[in-house]
Amino acid sequence: MPFRARQLSGILALVLLSLLAGGALMGLVFEVLGGVGGFTGFDSYIWRIARFTLLQASLSTLLSVILALPLARALHARPDFPGRSMILRLFALPLALPALVAVLGITSIYGRNGLLAAGMAYLGMHQIPDIYGLTGILLAHIFFNLPLATRLILASLDTIPEDYWKLAAQLGMSEPTRFRLIEWPAILRNLPGIAGLIFMLCVTSFTVVLTLGGGPRATTLEVAIYQALHFDFDIARAVALTLLQLALTLAILAFLGLAGRPTEEGQTFRTTTRRFDDPERATRLFGSVLIACGFLFVAAPIAGTVVSGASADFGRLLFEPVVWRAIMTSICLGAAAAFLSVLLALALVSSREHVATARGYGPARPLERVLDLGASLILVVPPIVIGAGWFILSRHYVDPFSLAPVMVVAVNAAMAVPFAFRVLRPAWDTMAARNNRLCAQLGIAGWTRFRLIDWPGLKRSLGAAFAFAMALSLGDLGTIALFGNDTVQTLPYLLLQRMGSYRTADAAGLALILGILCMGLMMLADRAQGDADAGR
Amino acid sequence: MRPVQTIHALMLALAATLGANAGAHAAGKLTVYTYESFTAEWGPGPKVKEAFEKECACTVDFVAVADGVALLNRLKLEGASTKADIVLGLDTNLTFEAARTGLFAPHETDVSAVKIPGGFEDDVFVPYDYGYFAVVYDSEKMKDPPASLKALIEGDPGEKIVIQDPRTSTPGLGLLLWVKSVYGDDAGKAWEKLKGRVLTVTPGWSEAYGLFTKGEAPMVLSYTTSPAYHLIADKSDRYKAASFDEGHYLQVEVAARTVNGAKNPLSAQFLKFMIGTAFQDAIPETNWMYPAAATSAPLNPAFDQLVKPAKTLALAPQQVFENRKNWIDEWLLAMSK
Repeated sequence: MPFRARQLSGILALVLLSLLAGGALMGLVFEVLGGVGGFTGFDSYIWRIARFTLLQASLSTLLSVILALPLARALHARPDFPGRSMILRLFALPLALPALVAVLGITSIYGRNGLLAAGMAYLGMHQIPDIYGLTGILLAHIFFNLPLATRLILASLDTIPEDYWKLAAQLGMSEPTRFRLIEWPAILRNLPGIAGLIFMLCVTSFTVVLTLGGGPRATTLEVAIYQALHFDFDIARAVALTLLQLALTLAILAFLGLAGRPTEEGQTFRTTTRRFDDPERATRLFGSVLIACGFLFVAAPIAGTVVSGASADFGRLLFEPVVWRAIMTSICLGAAAAFLSVLLALALVSSREHVATARGYGPARPLERVLDLGASLILVVPPIVIGAGWFILSRHYVDPFSLAPVMVVAVNAAMAVPFAFRVLRPAWDTMAARNNRLCAQLGIAGWTRFRLIDWPGLKRSLGAAFAFAMALSLGDLGTIALFGNDTVQTLPYLLLQRMGSYRTADAAGLALILGILCMGLMMLADRAQGDADAGR
Repeated sequence: MRPVQTIHALMLALAATLGANAGAHAAGKLTVYTYESFTAEWGPGPKVKEAFEKECACTVDFVAVADGVALLNRLKLEGASTKADIVLGLDTNLTFEAARTGLFAPHETDVSAVKIPGGFEDDVFVPYDYGYFAVVYDSEKMKDPPASLKALIEGDPGEKIVIQDPRTSTPGLGLLLWVKSVYGDDAGKAWEKLKGRVLTVTPGWSEAYGLFTKGEAPMVLSYTTSPAYHLIADKSDRYKAASFDEGHYLQVEVAARTVNGAKNPLSAQFLKFMIGTAFQDAIPETNWMYPAAATSAPLNPAFDQLVKPAKTLALAPQQVFENRKNWIDEWLLAMSK
């Protein structure tokens, strides 16, 4: 690609994303200026919930990442671990589940009437587990984000060239040395981004925090934004709270950005999971136990959902046209959102790498940082704010309901960009580091380069990013709930509707269908990757 | 011209050239804004639509949003240019605020058929159903359910209840008003005591009822009519509502014509139809509420087994509107201690 074009493509992607969020905020601001009533200032209540928001999000992020580190290492060290690919597919599932389904899954294990309580009673212990409070919130957030962090850290480890392992084995490096010299630099390159992403997901937590929080002491800013916009219809306050949430998140991200030192990419050709180190028995055993624990932690609440889902009347459910329509709607909107999302993420990733390469060894330039983290900020603008803002902007010109599918695709795509970005970046940066000089020498550029050089190496990551983005979009509810009407009924929408009218068994059945759909998607993505491997 | 107005004018011109004129009433069409569970395929919507279309030889267009609160928000956002002829699904906690917008027109309908406990009089809003909030309990886990709000508040903190958040949900606000109408100025103290019994406060009804049916707590805040669903659909009498001595708080759901809609003759016809038997027959076993007027046949016997409140509690819509914020603050303070 010509020198400026790549930089521009990333900036264009950023502009599109900020237009989506900024446009909505502008729409709301105009409404306020139009005389709905001004903003009266933050009270002590807001500061208290802001403090709680940051506390629970920081703890959730810290725990998720710390637990994911050894798990990802163990998974990387054992490419032959039985069921490893199934475990990784399963790890994509929590993010696709609507929060309510996940919460019920978690209580079916750790709740007062859960498996754990039953086990304890069986063993003669009379204490009832009490997760309602910070414990429950952290438990749920780790359930959502540990698998995400594990997959993303694993993707970073996968970029370590084979020769490093060969060399490490030849030099007889000890385990700690290998971690320090080989694995940690590869992880550290992407760690601030991963932590930032998880932090933002936890900042905006709503259903989990209220439902498992045990009372209004556990309240996030997102709850206050929803209350202001929905219940009090205080637009000025909603905008002010959204800006506060953005500002606080930016401050934390800036701090994380300082913590992450940029390091250099390896420049060898092959990427492989084959390792030449021969770990000791104890290490292998420890790794196996770790993987088993991680698997159980993620699988148990999902199994809880599956068990209650299995009791649903599938004979009837699967013959309801409305269920099939919802499945098709979900797949179509999800695929469109995922495609758009991967495209935007690719523009950002390539643009960031371009800027980073151009600067050489110096400290990161502002544009590079903006391209790296800017796109993620869309995550902390609540979908209800985006929905309301665009509703206000569009109401005089089009029927807002006819806008629903467009809005759902746009918002879901935007929300999935940060995830797709994290999946793509390690692979893209590695490819670039290996091929940039050669391509410059041979004069291969633009589309030809993408087709011949980048595409074969990126296929896997693009497939994974697409599957990930689509899984996320399948589970989303935020936008639908606001714009939703009878013509755009997605699977999670149908699920919550049944849940809201006593049809709990139906809802559990739909959750199971959603889960199977998501697993199928991950298997397809892996299959595509398998083909890509075979084609090499 | 300010930039906003410029954009405004440009977009309007664009819309006009595209012929997307939103304001006009098509002949023989009635647009009804309502909430989603009304239009769900098991809700009253499909039956109501069929019956009214047969009567009026017109088309009924439902536009559904999340809930009653969202309904009012949607109307405020659309203002005078709204396409709604009828807005169906506000409750009495919202009517005062709704009337203040000036977007609604008097119903001009004979509402003498309406029978609501404690009576109901309003020039604008016409009730179509009502229900009572109640503590629903699991009779397999609780042999001795509380017989009063006082007993609920002072009972064994080991036996938990799941409630909803008054900041985000209608039943949550319902319980807040229930406690307020019984305890008045001592409501804060009552909440402090009840807090020990509250397992958790969920954002909406679904989360609370989900936790309850999962067995996380033996009690949940719901409606006196909830057991009717389990009796009729699940053939189970496991879940029962507890009858409270102080009385139960009432929720009345209403509909009204918009100022725009008043120009459409179908809107008056619909309000009249709404309190007739064809509409009312659909309510009990689709919306799981009590009909606001006579039905053509007696209700399913399951409804006879339900708790019949000795006393109906209700605060005036204006009082709720004026004090809601302070009362929620009082609740927050008590529950955060």
